[in-house]
Amino acid sequence: MIQSNNITKKYGTTEVLHIEELTIPKGQSFGLVGNNGAGKTTFFNILLDLIRPTTGQISNHDVVVNQSESWKSFTGSFIDETFLIGYLTPEEYFEFIGDLRGMNKADVKSFLTKFEEFFNGEILGKKKYLRDLSKGNQKKAGIAAALMGNPQVVILDEPFANLDPTTQIRLKKTLKELTENKEVTVLVSSHDLSHVTEVCERIVVLDKGHVVKDIETSEETLKELESYFSV
Amino acid sequence: MFRQFLKLEWKQYFRSSYWQKGLALKIIMGFFALYMMASFLVLGIGSFFIIKKLMPDADPLQVVNSYLLFAITADLIFRYMMQKLPIMNIKPLLILPIKKSKQIHYVLTKSVFSPFNFFSLFFYIPFAIVLMNQGYDILGAFGWLICMLLIIQCANFLNFIINKSNTAFWTLATILAASSTLQYFEVFDSKALSQSVFDTVYANPIFAVIPTVLLIVFYMINYKMLSNQLYLDDAVKVKVKTANTADLSWANRFGEMAPFIKNEIRLIWRNKRTKTVFLMSFLFVLYGLIFFTQKTYQDMPGILIFASLFVTGGFVLNYGQFIPAWESAYYKMLMSQNISYRKYLESKWFLMSIMTTALFVLATPYIYFGLDIYLMIVVGAIFNVGFNTLVLLYAGSFNRKQIDLNASGFGNTQGASAKQFIIILPVMGFPVAVFYAFSLPLGFNAGLIAIAAIGVLGLVTKNYFMNIIAKKYIKDKYAAIHAFNQKG
Repeated sequence: MIQSNNITKKYGTTEVLHIEELTIPKGQSFGLVGNNGAGKTTFFNILLDLIRPTTGQISNHDVVVNQSESWKSFTGSFIDETFLIGYLTPEEYFEFIGDLRGMNKADVKSFLTKFEEFFNGEILGKKKYLRDLSKGNQKKAGIAAALMGNPQVVILDEPFANLDPTTQIRLKKTLKELTENKEVTVLVSSHDLSHVTEVCERIVVLDKGHVVKDIETSEETLKELESYFSV
Repeated sequence: MFRQFLKLEWKQYFRSSYWQKGLALKIIMGFFALYMMASFLVLGIGSFFIIKKLMPDADPLQVVNSYLLFAITADLIFRYMMQKLPIMNIKPLLILPIKKSKQIHYVLTKSVFSPFNFFSLFFYIPFAIVLMNQGYDILGAFGWLICMLLIIQCANFLNFIINKSNTAFWTLATILAASSTLQYFEVFDSKALSQSVFDTVYANPIFAVIPTVLLIVFYMINYKMLSNQLYLDDAVKVKVKTANTADLSWANRFGEMAPFIKNEIRLIWRNKRTKTVFLMSFLFVLYGLIFFTQKTYQDMPGILIFASLFVTGGFVLNYGQFIPAWESAYYKMLMSQNISYRKYLESKWFLMSIMTTALFVLATPYIYFGLDIYLMIVVGAIFNVGFNTLVLLYAGSFNRKQIDLNASGFGNTQGASAKQFIIILPVMGFPVAVFYAFSLPLGFNAGLIAIAAIGVLGLVTKNYFMNIIAKKYIKDKYAAIHAFNQKG
């Protein structure tokens, strides 16, 4: 469960995020949508203790994220390519992350076999460094790494951007499977309304840092969102 | 964990784009590095004996000691300007289950092995060994050396603490300037202070404990500071410079060339590497001082011609060499626009000519060295504008190496290939050869006139040659676009 209380973030006098209360129960698939500058990435960054909130605090499974680091062991995330280690090959990167998440070589190998389809033969065994992969392929590697070691919470910022249609569909399938048992909490942000409505059971719309909509996904959600954004 | 970090370091080092260069370039850089190391080493070993020879009555250790405080302050200023904590390296680790404390220790430990800490070792270690060999107290010399090593590390960590404050920098600069001035006017003897401090260390090696304590304190302060700053909007932040949009409308008078000239100016001023090249070309003006002041070169007009070409040629040579690779990142875009190749190249020619003229004006004080020297500079400038600009533009059409404008400028050889070494022949060797061809049978002035004539000829026939060059660029367009797309 993720609990966020009175989170605000200010740069100088500009307030970029202001969320009074937001609770994401365990096992929920949670979608964050909004235009550029709405505060999606800022929220994720605060949740991952990558930036400090001006006020308030977020706790992840009862761990206040900026007070203890123990949430890191059950949280997997991918924000953007700058979080990859560019001079490693994808294999080495997975091995490194696997090591940190207590997986041995065999574990990593069997984990990666599940992603063969997702990778579409473009990631492994290519003898390329991560920095030399295309943006889409970097993203695939980053997303796969975020899912290593059975995390309880998975946070993906804009996972659908830069992916080809086939991979988008495969990613949606993977994310749905993850939340099937209501064990893993998945948080994604996206500009693409249809992807988000397909994957997430709950969608929160941010605008200029404020929560303006909090919807349980239903048949009408996509239409509702489209009409909201088509101003 | 430590082993993991070490493995990452190893890979990062050997997989950096630095190693992905051509073999020839690697060998040349390797030789250069060896040469530098050897010269430092020779200086370290030799300085004892040099001081002994220059000042037979003085004790070399005391002489060195008296300058150490200055050296340390200067080292700090140098570090302040050049050395940054490699904090961006740990960005990917932030979201991984690695304790922040470990990440901070990792970055700080890594900085211990920064190249900045090794320069001076090449002096201190051999110097201390020579001291021991020359019958100085072994324990004292050893204590002195340890003290210096610790002070280097203190400077390393102190720099990261003061790095963000401008006040610290100006305080240091003022201390250095003031103490040097006061020393000069014999008001306050900082040399004596420095000497007494380090003489004491030599006499009582136990004092090496003081920098040890300092080092620990500085390390702790760094650790404390970083643990509060390890955030994306703080220390681990990609610095975004506010765009400065200077008004360049004055360039509009150049008609069709105006958009290119404006773009070129922005290109030079807003990118590190080009900016370095631009500023370096002013340093090249001083190049003549090395040669014109030495008696040895006065009878070698060839060398002097060479130097004169450098005086005004800094920009033409360093910037012109890499045309059009400077624009490799968006060369495709340029080529898809409705532009006139002639005007595009003309704007570059124009810029090089203007800069050469400006450098020539700055070189006016060389009159002090006599009319002969000044005339050499005059013909050098004419040759640079008339001949070298055209040759370098033509040679530019062979440039096939992409340049990353955002990479640092100093000592960056990206985009360099064997071509860059070959080009020296026509632009530097040819004028010297012409000079000798005419001056040997007909005298000094004939040699100068010949060089100037070639420059003037280039100016007169500029249009003809520019057309040829433009045709060459159009012909090579596809090859260039393809090559500029290849990264690394």
